[in-house]
Amino acid sequence: MTLYFLDFFLLTVGLYALIAKRHIVKKILGVAIMEYAVNFFLILIGFKKAGIAPILTKDMDIATFIQTAVDPLPQALVLTSIVIGLGTLALMVSIAIRLYERYGTFDMHEINRLKG
Amino acid sequence: MDILLPFFVAIPVFSAIFMLIVGKWEKRIFPRVWSIITTASLVVLLIIIYNKGTIVHEVGGWKPPYGIVLIKDNLSMLMLIIVNVVAFLTIIYSFSYITRYEDYLRFFSLFMLMLAGMNGVVLSGDLFNLFVFLEIASIASYALVGYGVGAEELEASFKYLILGVLASTLILFGIGMVYSVTGSVNMADIARFLINHPGNRAVLMATGLFLLGFGLKAGLVPFHAWLPDAHPSAPAPISAMLSGVLIKVLGIYALIRVSYHIIGITPLVSQIFIVIGCLSMVVGALMGFGQDDIKRLFAFSSISQMGYVMVGIGLGTPLGIIGALFHLLNHAGFKSLLFLSSGAIEGETGTRKLSLLGGLREKMPITSTSSVVGALSISGVPPFNGFWSKLIILLAALKAGNIPVAAILVFTAFLTLSYYLRFQKNAIFGEVRKKVEGAREAPIPMVAPLVLFAVFCLFAGIFNNSIITNIIMPAQEILLDQQAYIMSILGSM
Repeated sequence: MTLYFLDFFLLTVGLYALIAKRHIVKKILGVAIMEYAVNFFLILIGFKKAGIAPILTKDMDIATFIQTAVDPLPQALVLTSIVIGLGTLALMVSIAIRLYERYGTFDMHEINRLKG
Repeated sequence: MDILLPFFVAIPVFSAIFMLIVGKWEKRIFPRVWSIITTASLVVLLIIIYNKGTIVHEVGGWKPPYGIVLIKDNLSMLMLIIVNVVAFLTIIYSFSYITRYEDYLRFFSLFMLMLAGMNGVVLSGDLFNLFVFLEIASIASYALVGYGVGAEELEASFKYLILGVLASTLILFGIGMVYSVTGSVNMADIARFLINHPGNRAVLMATGLFLLGFGLKAGLVPFHAWLPDAHPSAPAPISAMLSGVLIKVLGIYALIRVSYHIIGITPLVSQIFIVIGCLSMVVGALMGFGQDDIKRLFAFSSISQMGYVMVGIGLGTPLGIIGALFHLLNHAGFKSLLFLSSGAIEGETGTRKLSLLGGLREKMPITSTSSVVGALSISGVPPFNGFWSKLIILLAALKAGNIPVAAILVFTAFLTLSYYLRFQKNAIFGEVRKKVEGAREAPIPMVAPLVLFAVFCLFAGIFNNSIITNIIMPAQEILLDQQAYIMSILGSM
């Protein structure tokens, strides 16, 4: 249970950085932290203490296998979501570099030619 | 027949990669012609599967609920028609429009990826798969919004990106929540589990997260901050795709699929839909008033029109949903038309400010006539299509006894009419201004889609009855029948 609370705390830290910080790079870090928090949440769903890899070998009993094996699906989901996160992060960083070339600043309050 | 479904995703993805490879040798003509061929083949595919009813494809032969399924039911069919037809006409338009940029290749390549993502979202029968396709479409659209790489384009793109990523993260969090309760990511399987085990608090939280996430993607008030920046900054064909298709597929479609088919609609959720819808309608229309930039005006009106759809969906009666889905179809027609015509106007006059435009009717007769048709349709003037869908939503609100909502609907219709009259008076009619003097009619590939969209607006208005019975009614029936949806995938309750 503690882990879930800590994870939720991590999510709010990321959300805070994303919303409240003015610096673009800090915003990007906030996004990364949020994504990690959600990935961690997915892993926690499938987590079991002292669990084993979900591979059924011949000498294993099915009942104990079900009790001890971790859920493999969240791990597959997290792999996909990490790759998506990488793509987004790369795009975000490259746009941030271009923004710096145009405006000469990383401060989001000075990058406000559009009314919003 | 079910083997055809993956091609809706595979053709555009293959096309995007193939284009980048061949584009090393031929950068100008090939990408344009190749993307016309790709989108045309998707439209042909659409015609082939149109009459085949519900089709379920099990990817790799794995049975649901364990494997991934693609499903084409009548609701997906309606969305597929919107996505692929608008994409086809927009690509024809881009044939000439793209000449104002240097790099043709990446534009069409990203466009195809966005198309693949949207087709995937519409066809997906698996919640996590829906998220993956949603991200493909979103990432391509972030890049396309900033395609001009000017200071303002990049700023809009970055703002859109930040809020888009926030939305995606919330959606993924919601999917995690749902998975932790149900132990499945297959939509029908989740729905079956939730029918048998109602009243779970975690699902309520997941509903809230989905509402936030998809609401952000749809640009509904109060999540609309990115939309009036992102839509005007994008190249005109992309604005047309974003406003005409993307916010509907990633936002509204995903929201109604999740709320009606997966989690099951509750009075609380319908109430929230109606409140958000009314807010979007009024705020979008009021903000549209003060705009000088025509693309910003159209962007705010998109927010307002999506409000109509949300109200219709929230009413939850068959009539309300018919109105909402019909308005979805109509809005794709006239909003794409208006954004494309704004691109043609900007290309010829070099400005999109209402205060500098005037007398376009004399210089660009075809573009002007079609944008007048679009403006009349969106303001709800009979006999154009917008009138009928707004009328149906209004009747549904009256029939449900919801007088305040009906009053807001009528009020917004008047606001919409008045700010579109301002657009017509300042830009299309009146005396020829200095900026407009040198303008000529846009080239044929740009004018043809405008005329086709305008013809659609007129015909969908006149033959509204046959469109509603053939396309909208079947979609509404499947939307309100959660059990039929579950049965079509799993075969049993």
